[in-house]
Amino acid sequence: MQVNGYKPLIVAFCCNWCSYAGADLAGNNRLNYPADVKIIRVPCSCRVNPMFILRAFQRGADGVIICGCHPGDCHYTSGNYYTRRRMALLFSMLDYLGIEKERTRVEWVSAAEGAKFAATMNDFVETVAALGENKRLEDLRCKK
Amino acid sequence: MQEIKREILTAKAAELLENGTVTRVLGWKRGEFDYDVTPAVFESAAELEEGFVWNDFCGANFSKYLIKETAKGEGKVLVFLKPCDTYSFNQLLTEHRFDREKVYAVGVPCAGMLDISRIKESAEGVLAVRTEGDQVLVDTLYDGTLTLDRAELLPDRCKHCKSKKHVAYDELLGEEGEVLDSHRFDEVEALEKMTPDERFAFWQNELSRCIRCNACRDVCPACTCEKCVFDNPESGVENKAAATSFEEKMFHIIRAFHVVGRCTDCGECSRVCPQHIPLHLLNRKFIKDIDNFYGEYQAGAEVGSRAPIVNYTEGDLEPGEAVKRGETHA
Repeated sequence: MQVNGYKPLIVAFCCNWCSYAGADLAGNNRLNYPADVKIIRVPCSCRVNPMFILRAFQRGADGVIICGCHPGDCHYTSGNYYTRRRMALLFSMLDYLGIEKERTRVEWVSAAEGAKFAATMNDFVETVAALGENKRLEDLRCKK
Repeated sequence: MQEIKREILTAKAAELLENGTVTRVLGWKRGEFDYDVTPAVFESAAELEEGFVWNDFCGANFSKYLIKETAKGEGKVLVFLKPCDTYSFNQLLTEHRFDREKVYAVGVPCAGMLDISRIKESAEGVLAVRTEGDQVLVDTLYDGTLTLDRAELLPDRCKHCKSKKHVAYDELLGEEGEVLDSHRFDEVEALEKMTPDERFAFWQNELSRCIRCNACRDVCPACTCEKCVFDNPESGVENKAAATSFEEKMFHIIRAFHVVGRCTDCGECSRVCPQHIPLHLLNRKFIKDIDNFYGEYQAGAEVGSRAPIVNYTEGDLEPGEAVKRGETHA
């Protein structure tokens, strides 16, 4: 996706047991979603340390999305509940620092929801592309 | 002036050293000037008599010092704790960071400490500082003695003191205080009411002064990891000069996030910051959010409590909603 010649870089942390399989299903069903989304597979959404998100921004990401199992469906029983609390606090803090809150998102996508995965990614990339380049959270020292 | 006199503290410490209850005393001693008081270990009554200081600049929270001091050897350590220090003390016990059996804690009432940088704003060449009632008398090199209003000279953490109550001690000097209604979230609320652009400008202005001296991390009683993520030579930020004026925000977000649910709001981070960055406002935002989202929680109020960040309920609010809820501006 391009807005005025600008292509956003999106990092998606996907849970191995649901969203990653959901992305696979989206592919099998020939559903389109932008190639700007770079998927990183994690064993559980709660594997995502808040530092990973900041590090992604530091290294030049324009948006970060975390996809996990629906609450109650975690492969490890309770991982995504912790993700939910952690990210609620982190996102609230980013907003407090005046950073655009649209750049971060948490979405629950199951392995059966290929269509939801594609729709979510399309929507997220569109939102971030409209915001433009990530300036507020960049760190020139870390960019390649 | 502090309610308890220095002589009472030194007498208590000397007595406990004498009867063998403790072998070392964690206290304050004079630095280069009267107002730059520094933590010290005393081992005899003579040392106490010579060096022990108790005045309006004894801000240091000794809870964290106990980790290394108790590990040094046999015998108990006597530690003087102000009310806010006792919360950190409990929090460190919750985390099993030191052995309670090796500590003899004496609670000391606190009337609020003074912030020397606020005094220096109105007085040049400070020689000595004395408190008399609500007034602070400052002897200066050039302008004689100045009289200042004490309430104006309190650091922010004392202005919004959350508690005069000691939550942990073996012995208490003076009267037991109360938990106060401190209005400590007023500043956070004021920031929340701004637009995102204003908030960004505010934090850009504050955090651009950061020189990454790591003093806030070193002093924080919640930052007690033996190996710290910020000591990472691979991070890419270690040896490079500032590129933008907001470059150290990652450090501050992570620093604040690492102590979520464990920060007792003791305010040491802001006290030691050589650049006067109001770091406690980041921690307080997290405390306020926890109170709002998951019910009121005061870290260190009791030993063994479970922090909200390592807990959950099935009906917790979603991260997207959390941001909406935190957003009170127009």
